[in-house]
Amino acid sequence: MKVIKIHGTDDTPQVILDATPETPHLEISGRSLPEDVVTFYAPIIEWLEEYAGAPLGKTVFNFKLEYFNTASSKLLLDILLKLEDIHEDGHEVLVKWHYPDDDEDMEEAGQEYADIVEVPFEQVSYSID
Amino acid sequence: MNDSLHPKESLDFVYDFYVKMKKNKINLAYEGEITHQITKAFTSLTENNMNIDNDPNSVQKKVFHVMVECLQNISKHAENRHDIISSKDGRGIFLVSKDEDEYNITTGNVVKTKSVPDLKKMLENINNLDKEGLKNLYKQQMREGRLSPKGGAGLGFIDIARKTGEKLIYSFLEIDESNAFFVLTSTISREK
Repeated sequence: MKVIKIHGTDDTPQVILDATPETPHLEISGRSLPEDVVTFYAPIIEWLEEYAGAPLGKTVFNFKLEYFNTASSKLLLDILLKLEDIHEDGHEVLVKWHYPDDDEDMEEAGQEYADIVEVPFEQVSYSID
Repeated sequence: MNDSLHPKESLDFVYDFYVKMKKNKINLAYEGEITHQITKAFTSLTENNMNIDNDPNSVQKKVFHVMVECLQNISKHAENRHDIISSKDGRGIFLVSKDEDEYNITTGNVVKTKSVPDLKKMLENINNLDKEGLKNLYKQQMREGRLSPKGGAGLGFIDIARKTGEKLIYSFLEIDESNAFFVLTSTISREK
């Protein structure tokens, strides 16, 4: 599968979608408030749809966001729903939600997603500095 | 150029405006089209000022969140006649004020009079909910709500209420038969 790498900016997240079997890396990190959320996330959703056809033995998807706006929150849910589909098809999936240890709102956002989607979900705190 | 002020009037206006801004502790005032570039510029400017003032990280994040949602409420719902808010041309007024205790973020924009009842109902509903209620409403809206063509998710007001922990302060002023001016103020405490 092709590898997607999008560099992060001050309003769009860094995206890495690399399903190389030996060294897979699936991650969205940084800030998300794109001018056009639908256009920004469309290739990511498409990639996941294709990936769902032949996923790795274990899919680990990392979210490591500092900030996202409400429009992005809806698209993040769409990504999680795709991961839920893969899980429902009988594949192993783990969502890792990374949040700064002093950011209760980001921690709570992860908990809320975990409540909504039926997929193994792990909260991982990290310290900035 | 009939509408423009004479030099003397202009001078008086500028000074009067300056005094009023100082008196009301307004750091930022803008009237015009609200675009993505404007949103980025204002949030970045305010972030720099908050850093200089040593505001806690949690306060900075809340102010950032509220500014983005307020500005996008105006920019995203512009020209979208099917949505609840339809501000003319995505224009509006945007103010940030600050005193020792709190930040106040205020937006004002023109909405269609016929959309006012729905908007009021939505805001009243949000103000009647507690923390848990707002959380549930957010989750429900995220699951069931659809993105408008401009990317509005109907989540902005709920998010503002959740992030600030305060009631939304709003009013509607009648402009004419078919238009009203919608003012929304969000307050963020500087303590924590």
